[in-house]
Amino acid sequence: MKLMVSVKRVVDYNVRIQVKPDGSGVVTDGVKMSMNPFDEIAMEEALRIKEAGNAEEIIAVTIGEQKAQEQLRTALAMGADRAIHVEVDEDIQPLTAARVLKALADKEQPGMVLLGKQAIDDDQGQTGQMLAALWDRPQATFASKVDLDGQKAKVTREVDAGLETIEVDLPAVVTTDLRLNEPRYVKLPDIMKAKKKPIDTTSLADLGVEAAPGLKVTNTAPPPERQGGKKVESVDELVSELKNRGLI
Amino acid sequence: MAKVLLIADHDGENLNPTTPKAVACAADFSPEALDVAVFVSGDNGVADQAAKLDGVSRVLRIDNPANEHCLAAMLAPQIVKMAADYTHVLVAGSTFGKDLMARVAALLGVLQVSDIMKVESDYVFQRPIYAGNAITTVEAPSDQVLCGTVRAASYQAAGEGNSASVEDISVDAELPDHTRFVSVETHKSDRPDLQTAPRVVSGGRGVGSGENFDIIYKLADKINAGVGASRAAVDAGYVPNDMQVGQTGKIIAPELYIAVGISGAIQHWAGIKDAGTIVAINKDEEAPIFEVADLGLVADLFDAVPELEQKLG
Ligand SMILES: Cc1cc2nc3c(=O)[nH]c(=O)nc-3n(C[C@H](O)[C@H](O)[C@H](O)COP(=O)(O)OP(=O)(O)OC[C@H]3O[C@@H](n4cnc5c(N)ncnc54)[C@H](O)[C@@H]3O)c2cc1C
Repeated sequence: MKLMVSVKRVVDYNVRIQVKPDGSGVVTDGVKMSMNPFDEIAMEEALRIKEAGNAEEIIAVTIGEQKAQEQLRTALAMGADRAIHVEVDEDIQPLTAARVLKALADKEQPGMVLLGKQAIDDDQGQTGQMLAALWDRPQATFASKVDLDGQKAKVTREVDAGLETIEVDLPAVVTTDLRLNEPRYVKLPDIMKAKKKPIDTTSLADLGVEAAPGLKVTNTAPPPERQGGKKVESVDELVSELKNRGLI
Repeated sequence: MAKVLLIADHDGENLNPTTPKAVACAADFSPEALDVAVFVSGDNGVADQAAKLDGVSRVLRIDNPANEHCLAAMLAPQIVKMAADYTHVLVAGSTFGKDLMARVAALLGVLQVSDIMKVESDYVFQRPIYAGNAITTVEAPSDQVLCGTVRAASYQAAGEGNSASVEDISVDAELPDHTRFVSVETHKSDRPDLQTAPRVVSGGRGVGSGENFDIIYKLADKINAGVGASRAAVDAGYVPNDMQVGQTGKIIAPELYIAVGISGAIQHWAGIKDAGTIVAINKDEEAPIFEVADLGLVADLFDAVPELEQKLG
């Protein structure tokens, strides 16, 4: 079976983001960009499925600007066999992303599509579920364990109550949580090898996908400031502060 | 005027504590109707709990064996059928709500607004991005059903002075058989629920082991607090995943939050920034948690926590 993994270019998770003073968004110029950490986990899981002999090919997909090819190169260096770049200039809605992935799923017929449970830039957490809906296939979201068993998969999900296990028929959509695995580091020779692997470029129009009407972002503001920073010298002082504030 | 359908999150016995908060958000629309849909297989009182919530017009109970485990794949086609009568379909942004609502939205062919933290008008909302490090104001199209998840930590639970009617309805939708529930592993605890407790004590990697977490539990029990943890503490296996606080764990807003042996990464901070008073106990005076904590104590937690527990007696 084939596996499809979607990866998104986002501001690196270590960056302390700055809101633009005019409220038009977040500063991304000159900021370190990386693969969304949850997508890295999705890539790693696909590699492990393939290495266990349960898949033959891994296709990495990104939807984004020209520079998003850097993240596809990372995916290829990790071990994806080939990549598809759906080039768009503007930010797209999760529903549009899901339509793109659905069109690619129709074309490539993967046995599983793996995605991060959310992207750490806009934190919307929708694309996987939307793809599953449009594709009319099962969704196993927030996965912390994936066991393949022929045409089925058993997936353990991190839910508020604890750990839920469901069984889904393949093909299915899996979205990854942090504890699914620890992604491997890419080594220099793999980066060199990845340069020779193919990246196909396509567009919404080529795929026959119509962009969904968007959410209009009218303002971006920093969160309310908190006045922190007060230190106490001892446990006794802490106890009296808590008492003074009526907290205990 | 908005007509809101709110999907209840519950475990078959009790409403999830995020649902009364989502009702409070829905009430902010001043809707002409606010109906709560309760999908159950044999009702154990969940619908009655929902009927008590202030602002609710009607509780619609959909009793069907297929609803037993509240799987998104089963519920979504039913909600799509019901959505035709509403302008807004909402759910709390719990793992249940996040899993479910995007599937509903895509089936309806509409977008979703995730993590609504403020309703400015029927189609204008505030929502956080970048783990809450920026707040956006977003405007959704008004010519389609609006699907949304509610950031529960931004709302106070709706009161329980209502007695809305409970109506049994049947929804005729084709349900898939490709998704099956296998099991759920929960860690029952007698401590206050992490998501609603007015006081929470959390431990991080600094606590060092599962056994050492006992000092966290003892302190929590002394002040009747819920217990949380950082991702590092969960990853290291000190405590189960349902205790994780942060961007990818639970987002909470207790009156008092005590962070013990937690460095204060932005992803952890994202889960506690609505807390009333934040106390940090950390032996590293440079730890970023001190920049945001209201009260910081630079100390070894193995000395300070037992002492604090004792002196709070
Ligand atoms: C996509 C993504 C999502 C994430 N989501 C979350 C999330 O939801 N929640 C979350 O918490 N993290 C999350 N993280 C992880 C986060 O970045 C940090 O790695 C994590 O919060 C660190 O946990 P910690 O503070 O317990 O550990 P550390 O950063 O290792 O800090 C341990 C602290 O303990 C102190 N300490 C050690 N020994 C003692 C002692 N004896 N006495 C007193 N203090 C002591 C140290 O000084 C240190 O400050 C996420 C990361 C990513 C990339």
